[in-house]
Amino acid sequence: MTVTACLLACGLASSARSAEDGAGYGLGRTATEEEIRAWNIDIGPRGDGLPPGQGTVKQGAQVFAAKCAACHGPTGTEGPKDRLVGGQNTLTTPKPIRTIGSYWPYAPTLYDYIHRAMPFDAPQSLSPEEIYSVVAWLLFQNHIIEEHVVIDAQTLPKVQMPNQNGFIPDPRPDVR
Amino acid sequence: MTEGSQHITRRKLLQHSASIVALGTAAVILPRVEAEEPGKSVDPMRVPGTLPRPYGERSPFRKESRLGGGGPGAAHGWGANAPNNFNSLTPLQELHGIITPSSLHFERHHNGVPSIDPSRHRLLIHGLVERPLVFTVADVERLPSTSRIAFLECSGNTWDGWREAQDVGVQDTHGLMSTSEWTGVKLSTLLESAGIRREAKWMLAEGSDAAGLDRSVPLTDEVMNEAMICYGQNGEALRPEQGYPLRLLVPGFEGNINVKWLRRLKLGSAPFMTRWETAKYTDLMPDGKAYQFSLVMEAKSVITYPSGQQRIQPGFHEISGLAWSGRGRVKQVEVSVDGGLAWQAARLQEPVLPKCHTRFRLPWRWSGQEAVLQSRCVDETGYIQPTRQALVKVRGTSSLYHYNGIQSWKVDTDGRVRNIYA
Repeated sequence: MTVTACLLACGLASSARSAEDGAGYGLGRTATEEEIRAWNIDIGPRGDGLPPGQGTVKQGAQVFAAKCAACHGPTGTEGPKDRLVGGQNTLTTPKPIRTIGSYWPYAPTLYDYIHRAMPFDAPQSLSPEEIYSVVAWLLFQNHIIEEHVVIDAQTLPKVQMPNQNGFIPDPRPDVR
Repeated sequence: MTEGSQHITRRKLLQHSASIVALGTAAVILPRVEAEEPGKSVDPMRVPGTLPRPYGERSPFRKESRLGGGGPGAAHGWGANAPNNFNSLTPLQELHGIITPSSLHFERHHNGVPSIDPSRHRLLIHGLVERPLVFTVADVERLPSTSRIAFLECSGNTWDGWREAQDVGVQDTHGLMSTSEWTGVKLSTLLESAGIRREAKWMLAEGSDAAGLDRSVPLTDEVMNEAMICYGQNGEALRPEQGYPLRLLVPGFEGNINVKWLRRLKLGSAPFMTRWETAKYTDLMPDGKAYQFSLVMEAKSVITYPSGQQRIQPGFHEISGLAWSGRGRVKQVEVSVDGGLAWQAARLQEPVLPKCHTRFRLPWRWSGQEAVLQSRCVDETGYIQPTRQALVKVRGTSSLYHYNGIQSWKVDTDGRVRNIYA
């Protein structure tokens, strides 16, 4: 969805509020640059915030086997937890399969989610190289990149996800 | 839960008293017998009752409990399923009025409930603000405060409604919702302290749980006027399962966006497109497109008595249930006892609050013939809760979230109440 459509759909406030309102309580203190850097972990859909480092499909296969396959299966399709691979062209069928390849709209947010929440039993334990690598392997398994592509802060935002245009702004109430 | 495991037996209590007496304390004033327990017949007028205690507990006769649950279609319970449970459901069939006791508030968390020391917890506000700020919990508690009674409903509540009807009760079908009085600070008070820059249209809210759960919140007038950063729930501090020490509350919006264990608010010009608002919590339609940022919980209602798996006798019953709308107040609730042919207005119990559960009631005399009980909510915008058929016609059966179809409970001639699609 476009940002404009989103803003319209959500009926955003047209006027910014004064910075002075409510500022007089003297509570809270100014955050330091260092604090913000340590806490500001989100990676945006266009790749804002991606760290230095890089990863390859080959390294990713090893990381996945060691850290991910127990929950997602050896090829990312077997489970028992979320299926990550396949499912393309199933979204209009009675049994849609939502995966990275079939449903996930922005490649850089793979980095965001894997970094913040995976592995389930040890979140935030993977190095940037491990995360870039496992992202590369997942994109390759889903036939989105070639095997030789190196994934880093420059290449990841350029990856087009198959379902990038699969989302529309909330049209509800839609049932009369 | 095993019966009797938590009860102090008369013998244990006597032993306890004796040992304290032996230590020479004032324990002689301890009652010799615990208040009446299940399975015992003690005349409560002939023995002294228990003394005051620091933190209250319910009667040992009461067993209402949350029910452990997993994904759509997964069996609910605590036994062998427990390790796979990622939510727990409120026993709506056992509750009165509109407030959910904090101990029975439904849970949904994405990698467990974190244990947070409030003295170490911080809330960072940054991004498109004039002055990035760090607040302690104590700072937040000193700011001007407000309270509000509001429902919270998981957008996956009633998700089995998209599938075949299961023979289950209202706790299984509708238990991923609760209502509390929430206390905290208006979101606008905090953001304005930091100074909102003109380009800021969205806010990332991030929790400090092991999922690092984060959602983009549109900074609409509605959100700026109503959203709160809460530290209080039903008069005491938030429960850990509900985000202790700080959580976001956006009344009327789907449960997931009410981020718990809140540690960070980052203002931006566009949504952040987190996993939770793309790969999850989006509503897949039959054409393969998915509704995104479908945040409001539309009007809905359910009869909690009589409801699934109960058995009733012929004669008088007060039909009772809950109605709510994320768009405002409930205007009317209609009840049908014949599967939607005839409808009559139920009585609404005050208070009728916006974006809050409203209790409705209707007297009914069951003749012993088959009946199909339904309720239909109309909210103040004029929106009418749809039938399941109307919902499925537009959205198909694969959208997972935001099911708000009319619920049907069939009463068989033997008095058994069953979940059906009518």
